Amino acid sequence: MTQSVSRLTWNIPGDLHQLFGFHFMVNAFRAGTVVAIVAGAVGWFMVLRRSSFVGHTLAVVSFPGAAGAIWLGISVTVGYFAASIAAALVIAMVPPSRTGGGTSGEAAVIGTVQAFALACGVLFVSLYSGILDSVTGLLFGTFLGISDDQVVTLLIVGAAVLVALVAMARPLFFASVDPDVASARRVPVRLLSTLYLVLLGCTAAEVSQITGALLVFALLVMPAAAAQQVTVRPGWSFLLTITLALAVTWLALGAAYFSIYPVGFYVTSFGFAAYALAAAGRAIGGWTGSRASANMTPLGAVDG
Amino acid sequence: MTVLVANPFIGGLHMLDHPFLRYAFIAGTCIGLASGLIGYFVVLRSQVFTGDALSHVAFTGSLAALAFGLDLRVGLYGACIGFALLMAILGRRANADDTVIGSVFAWILGLGALFLSIYTTSRSGSGGFTGNAGVNVLFGSIFGLSSGQAVTDAVVALVVVLAVIIIGRPLLFASLDEAVASARGVPVRWLGYGFLVLVGITAGEATQAVGALLLLGLLAAPAGAAQRLTPRPFAALWLSAAIAVVSVWVGLTLAYAFPRIPPSFGILSVATACYLLSFLGTAGRHRVVARGGVGRRGSGNRGNLAISHSEAS
Repeated sequence: MTQSVSRLTWNIPGDLHQLFGFHFMVNAFRAGTVVAIVAGAVGWFMVLRRSSFVGHTLAVVSFPGAAGAIWLGISVTVGYFAASIAAALVIAMVPPSRTGGGTSGEAAVIGTVQAFALACGVLFVSLYSGILDSVTGLLFGTFLGISDDQVVTLLIVGAAVLVALVAMARPLFFASVDPDVASARRVPVRLLSTLYLVLLGCTAAEVSQITGALLVFALLVMPAAAAQQVTVRPGWSFLLTITLALAVTWLALGAAYFSIYPVGFYVTSFGFAAYALAAAGRAIGGWTGSRASANMTPLGAVDG
Repeated sequence: MTVLVANPFIGGLHMLDHPFLRYAFIAGTCIGLASGLIGYFVVLRSQVFTGDALSHVAFTGSLAALAFGLDLRVGLYGACIGFALLMAILGRRANADDTVIGSVFAWILGLGALFLSIYTTSRSGSGGFTGNAGVNVLFGSIFGLSSGQAVTDAVVALVVVLAVIIIGRPLLFASLDEAVASARGVPVRWLGYGFLVLVGITAGEATQAVGALLLLGLLAAPAGAAQRLTPRPFAALWLSAAIAVVSVWVGLTLAYAFPRIPPSFGILSVATACYLLSFLGTAGRHRVVARGGVGRRGSGNRGNLAISHSEAS
């Protein structure tokens, strides 16, 4: 909290000029853009597959990864990715559920993985015993120290995740919507699910470098949840998700720059505002739509 | 403190001479008991994600209380019980949609980050405690309990245990087969509300022992292990409580013996190890169960039934 607070003057071009006058802010926006696109795309599938709990677990796992990397003196970026991918593979080993909602045993495994990973994070912090200040940075995000190298890493990993996701998008969509029929049609459901978890782990590791480990989940779930409230058509809601994720990230970075409060607070608040607006819009639209004409379904009414 | 490692017998005898350790054991035992019992039902009713959400709400509640200058526990219990009731109502209406839970609690956690920032900037002059407050809430500070806090925690935990014993049988019925239970006149809905309030209280308790971020492990790991070890519900219920209490004891002893190990890590690693062992111990058994037929084991819990079903088909 030592940086001097910049005042928003409402002279928008001047403010933007000031915002991009610093190299670290330019880097923050570059990294934020990459992260928002990847998080929106992967998060859309996460909401479709109803695997929010897994997503949240993979997100918080990046905290022990980073803390362990600091303790061992290796690159923090390596720590983020290694921990999240390892956790994704552990969770993928659990037998898949038949019901889709997840059996109780599976949820207990995920919860235990999450709590134990966080406990390891506490241990690493205690062993290192010098990073008490940066604990809150790891958990709740900081955008001040993003280096050029970090942006390049984020870009490469993000591009790889997106390419992989696009390559498997069609079978993954099929397997997510109806796993039974998909496996009857010889779609490798289990393999797809494992691959998807690894992609989710990579994404969580990327996002947590901006928003902090605890708030990754906001960028994964909120834009997708909002978009799927607005439209039922997969292509549109996918695009809308990415648009919302970008808007939320850019606004949050701008707001965080002009105030003293953490960027994570703005990401979650803008994301939740988008979700609440979408849910309210759907409720109102569905209500008026169903009253106005009987041949329009509530979802279709919001769509138009 | 490393006398325990050098000479386990003498060290073990003198361990409880330290008041802070005595308080930790008193509070930890009761909290472990409550978490084990509640956790079993949380896992059985597939509400682990709700428990996860509660653990983050606990953080925001505590920090909000600190930021506004109230007692930490007012915010802690207020937020946990309030959110539990909200989940009960939302869960009824929206059929426990996990994106709703996720969006709401992610935002609440963001508010927690805001309160942490308000608290640390407003009190930055008053010494080292402020920097630790957020970390203590997140990761627990069971060695820092005073005698009064320990007794309060123990009493609240025992009330939760008593409540679980009283509603245990109808709650089990309602959790295993909601439709039949409600046809038999069991007040399923009120049991659900009451249970979530108990979960909220337990989450508040466990936050003080292992911290907001780790309480999920104390709820999920002992219960998951117990569910794998025995198909009989009441045996699993008490086994879960026993595993939780033993985890607390061993974890506290480990943290005392090796001062660099935080107590929360000690407790969680023992609980996780128990769960891992239950996987190894029962790896071959579920296949036998599947061949023995599902119908005969109708009173078994959901987890085992699901596994035997998937292997039989």
